[in-house]
Amino acid sequence: MGLSNILENVIMALTSLKSNKMRSLLTMLGIIIGIAAVIAIETVGGSLTGSVTDSMSGMGVGNITVGLTQKSSDDTSGTSAGVTLRRFMDNTPGAEDLISDEMIGEFEETFADKIDRVELTREAGTATIDKYGDPDTTISATLTGTTPETLQNLEEDTPILAGRWLTDADEGKYLCVVSEKFVQQAIGTTNADAVGARVVLTVNGNPCAFYVAGVYKYVENEYASLFGAQDDDSIQTTIYIPLETARVLTGADEGYQNITVVTATGVDVTSFVDVVGDYFASYYTRNDTWTASASSISSLVESMTEMLDTISLGISAIAAISLLVGGIGVMNIMTVSVTERTREIGTRKALGAPSSAIRLQFITESIVLCVIGGIIGVILGVSMGSWLSSLIGFAAKPSISAIVIAVGFSMGIGVFFGYYPANKAAKLDPIDALRYE
Amino acid sequence: MADSKQFAEAVARRVNGPRRPRPLIEMQGIRKSYYIGQPNELEILHGIDLKVYPGEFVAIVGESGSGKSTLMNIIGVLDKPTQGTYILDGVNIHEARDNQLAAIRNQKIGFVFQTYNLIGRQSALKNVELPMLYAGVPGGERARRAKEWLTRVGMGERMRHQPNELSGGQKQRVAIARAMVNEPALILADEPTGALDSETSRVVMDLFHEMHERYHKTIVLITHNPALAQECQRVLTLKDGRIVDERKGGGARGAL
Repeated sequence: MGLSNILENVIMALTSLKSNKMRSLLTMLGIIIGIAAVIAIETVGGSLTGSVTDSMSGMGVGNITVGLTQKSSDDTSGTSAGVTLRRFMDNTPGAEDLISDEMIGEFEETFADKIDRVELTREAGTATIDKYGDPDTTISATLTGTTPETLQNLEEDTPILAGRWLTDADEGKYLCVVSEKFVQQAIGTTNADAVGARVVLTVNGNPCAFYVAGVYKYVENEYASLFGAQDDDSIQTTIYIPLETARVLTGADEGYQNITVVTATGVDVTSFVDVVGDYFASYYTRNDTWTASASSISSLVESMTEMLDTISLGISAIAAISLLVGGIGVMNIMTVSVTERTREIGTRKALGAPSSAIRLQFITESIVLCVIGGIIGVILGVSMGSWLSSLIGFAAKPSISAIVIAVGFSMGIGVFFGYYPANKAAKLDPIDALRYE
Repeated sequence: MADSKQFAEAVARRVNGPRRPRPLIEMQGIRKSYYIGQPNELEILHGIDLKVYPGEFVAIVGESGSGKSTLMNIIGVLDKPTQGTYILDGVNIHEARDNQLAAIRNQKIGFVFQTYNLIGRQSALKNVELPMLYAGVPGGERARRAKEWLTRVGMGERMRHQPNELSGGQKQRVAIARAMVNEPALILADEPTGALDSETSRVVMDLFHEMHERYHKTIVLITHNPALAQECQRVLTLKDGRIVDERKGGGARGAL
């Protein structure tokens, strides 16, 4: 069978399919829907993963968060009796349970080459203040205590516009760095004039006076718009205060429930997470109720991607059923076609067509039918996928491999479901076929 | 050696008359039964002996039910006899397998059917190309030869037409071109004028005569029309599965 004969068969198949346009289209429908669904899902999945990865990397892919977690009831470490009950009752860590400065110091020493820095923050709750020029409205802001080192690293995304970031010398003082938005809403002056201004914040119901040390640039969170349009008043910005000040304000113990480890560039975060987790957990082997564990955005991204993959797989399974049904449709219509063309088959055999030629002719027809369906499905799937991912807001890139696999798969369906009818045609007795009415 | 061989041949010529070429069709004791081993076992052909020599124009006539379709199927190697030997152009049909039978049909036999049996939705040209497609003739050569034969049967003007755009006579002419295009040893025509009016039948019969006289084709014509058979060189009458009569045909045209 030369190339020209295969071409001849394809032309023959196209002629035959063209003479039954409507029937061919309806037969293809199952294949079209199946392939379109797979390609669309693939594209949308890629778009979602990309969008998630993109937004998470903005949060710092190189960051590892170490936090306290309660030991699970089947954890046998710890010493005292009645551990299980204490675990059940005790849901706030005591002073001796927190991650201490000593632990952090030792950690920084041990992994000096792996980490860039350790960021310490302490949430001091929400502060409220009357809106400037409108005492009936209150503005709220998140009060975060943090180290000067952490603040320095904010400079890149949210540069200081007036004044300065906090320094080590500010520790324990009632100084704050606010956003330009906060200046507009609560102070009502220019950024430069706001520096040095006294603001009275209500923290946990108690008024508390702070002096503004600096004003940083407000950057709108692009994902905030996903949750609906916000009016200006409801925008909540962060007020940075010294770490110690935040501790005093909240009346918390020394030590931290959470710390953020920023890894040095080039460190494999995914594997380093476990090392960090094990390191901190080793401090807690004798603790009854608490332990420390580490997690990272990368592992979060990974599990998100995994979840999306699972969803894609589920939908692909449904698409596979559509392809199966489509394939059975192809088999059905090919069987009808063989019956309709019994005389033609008889004639071809009388003219000297060997069984293999008849088989090839009908398999080719089935393949052509499926591949055309597959191509239409790919076109439909790509356009549907692009449209959906434009809604998600992340440029879609339908993968070439998925398209190749889809077309190849529809070809496979053609062979698989075309074989039975084609074989039936090939095995027809020429005399019976010629006599067929 | 050479002398003795020549001598032997000379003797044989004396004894047997002028030396005849090897028969194209050589059938001996052909029997065909259906439903073998079942209570309704039925023998259609009861021992047919038949020789057709190259270049002959033979008619096989018989009423319906005489077994002529069965005989035609066997001559056309669409079917194998239950008993007897059939040698077509030196090939013993019994020993051939299905694919070899297909090749024999392709290379040695050109079929012309009562119902034309052109492939629908394909042009006359493509229809004539078909036997060459199965013979593995390359595309350009196929088209050239198909055009040549369509022109010879007078269908050169209509070779792009599809069968449903052609009249019965035109269809049969295309079918004859298709039968001739692989230069087969034998043209096997089964009631080729059965579906045509007498005027068109005349045209088709003249075409068969032309194929016979001009291209020296061996033709076996199966018909139930005695007048048509009379035009052939030799007429065999089939009745109840036996050849009951064999005579020379008049060869005169215009029977219709």
